[in-house]
Amino acid sequence: MHDDTATPLAAADRFPRTRHSAVLAAQSDDVLERERGLAILIDAYWKPAYKYVRLRHGASNEDAKDLTQGFFTRAIEKDFFGGYDASKGSFRTFVRVCLDRYVANELKAAARAKRSPGAPMLSLDFEGAEGELAREPPDPSRSLDQYFHDEFARSLFGLAVEQLRLECAQRGRDLPYILFERYELERDPDERLTYDSLAEEFAIPATQVTNFLAFARREFRRIVLEKLREITSNDREFREEAKALLGVSA
Amino acid sequence: MRWLSSATVEHLRRVAEWPDLADTKYRVLEELGRGGMGAVYLADDTVLGRKVALKVVATGVSDPAAAERMLREARIIARLEHPGIVPVHDAGALPDGRVFYAMKRVDGARLDTLAPEMPLAERLRVFQRVCDAVAFAHAHGVIHRDLKPDNVMVGAFGEVLVMDWGIARLLASAADDPSARPPALRGTAAGSVMGTLSYMAPEQAAGESTVAPAADVYALGGILYFLLTGRPPFEGEAAQARALPGGADEPPLPPRRASDGVPPALEALVLRAMAAAPEARYRSAEELSAEVSRYLDGERVLAHRETPLEGARRFFGKYRTAILLVAAYLVVRGAMLFFFRR
Repeated sequence: MHDDTATPLAAADRFPRTRHSAVLAAQSDDVLERERGLAILIDAYWKPAYKYVRLRHGASNEDAKDLTQGFFTRAIEKDFFGGYDASKGSFRTFVRVCLDRYVANELKAAARAKRSPGAPMLSLDFEGAEGELAREPPDPSRSLDQYFHDEFARSLFGLAVEQLRLECAQRGRDLPYILFERYELERDPDERLTYDSLAEEFAIPATQVTNFLAFARREFRRIVLEKLREITSNDREFREEAKALLGVSA
Repeated sequence: MRWLSSATVEHLRRVAEWPDLADTKYRVLEELGRGGMGAVYLADDTVLGRKVALKVVATGVSDPAAAERMLREARIIARLEHPGIVPVHDAGALPDGRVFYAMKRVDGARLDTLAPEMPLAERLRVFQRVCDAVAFAHAHGVIHRDLKPDNVMVGAFGEVLVMDWGIARLLASAADDPSARPPALRGTAAGSVMGTLSYMAPEQAAGESTVAPAADVYALGGILYFLLTGRPPFEGEAAQARALPGGADEPPLPPRRASDGVPPALEALVLRAMAAAPEARYRSAEELSAEVSRYLDGERVLAHRETPLEGARRFFGKYRTAILLVAAYLVVRGAMLFFFRR
């Protein structure tokens, strides 16, 4: 425990500052940079987009797949995201509005068949997304806007958990992730899991459980914020999204 | 990629904000609540083997002011050792840099949720305990500045605790003592309005820098208003309008119009405590508490000019037992005289 209460403030700022925004990268003239940015954005948004199309536009499984593929393919080809203006709202809202517009146009013109046959198809796990929809049907009390946000949070946290697992494995520190998974991700609400019971289960001291879980949570938070930094365009949007996602004060 | 249920996503939202307690003597157990400044967690103090409430500033988004306010709050509470003010055990910075302080864990409920279940006399006694704690703080040069029912906890054993001293301010005389001076008074400098508009004194809403104990007396009047009517003195748009210049000078809807059954004497007491001009209010929390005592004891409340009928009712209420006994005696005596004369 640090007793020095006079100088804790510099350390309090834990938000990532060096990460380049994928939103800006997706608008770049540099092809490689643009592709990098688009890949990050697609990673974060394809699943919310797919589920949103299924729900909002009542699209069938197959149509939603085509529309989601088409939307992101078009985003790559036509530089959809280049038109984003940060002063007009969050990137998340922009993506949803673009998606709505794209789907409306596609449905109106029945133009899916016109898409160029040679267009690159993205490798997206639609079966997995469909399975998720079946596992947890949308909450009817949530608006579609909220639903898109909820799915965005789920996607972002899912990516962060996966990265946490990879990073722990790369550092040869599997146990913090395993404890995190056991305590935070897999715990049955009725299960009386405690630090002591975990310590017994993994044959380590309870203090080590405390420290490993603290490490994993800290890393998880760092990764979430880094990812959020990547998929927002500026500091203000980042702060607003962080507040909406984590309840972090801006 | 792993699928996360909505419950897990919700849990992770909280977990991402959980304080980093590595290498500390604390072990976080659950989140108890969350406010604008940070969150409060139930934690185990593994050295002393007791549960504590850990208040931790929200993950800092370059907001040193929030961290400074948290430290100032801890320091202010630490100087107020009173049964009505939750004691601080420890304060500092966590390994992740976030400022925290540990305080006694209070097992109980907030006054705003508990009050509807309490009889009037009990509500008034709780209110007096709040007045006592606030009077103690004033005597030590501290103004709370955000008194409201939500910031009062009633413990399982009847203890009443005034919480959330996050925007409390030291009076000039107390702040002049260098040993007690908080790291910054900048967070509550002139012109910045902090607090809760529904209960806020007009001078505080106007951002005046010379907020005095009278502002807390006004808010205490607001708490009493809530305890009598079940609603804050100002709600919705009326509360928001108080942020406008001069908007907070309007008096609240009189309690007797806001709710049935409010005694006129208590209404008068509320309206005096909530007078727009500070000098028209009770001079102190003790004075306000003394008025409540008068009401509870069946004495005349100074703020209220009662009608003869009200006076008679009060007199009957105060001496009901004696009056009934005398009446019973007279009836029996009369009956005896009547029968023996026959």
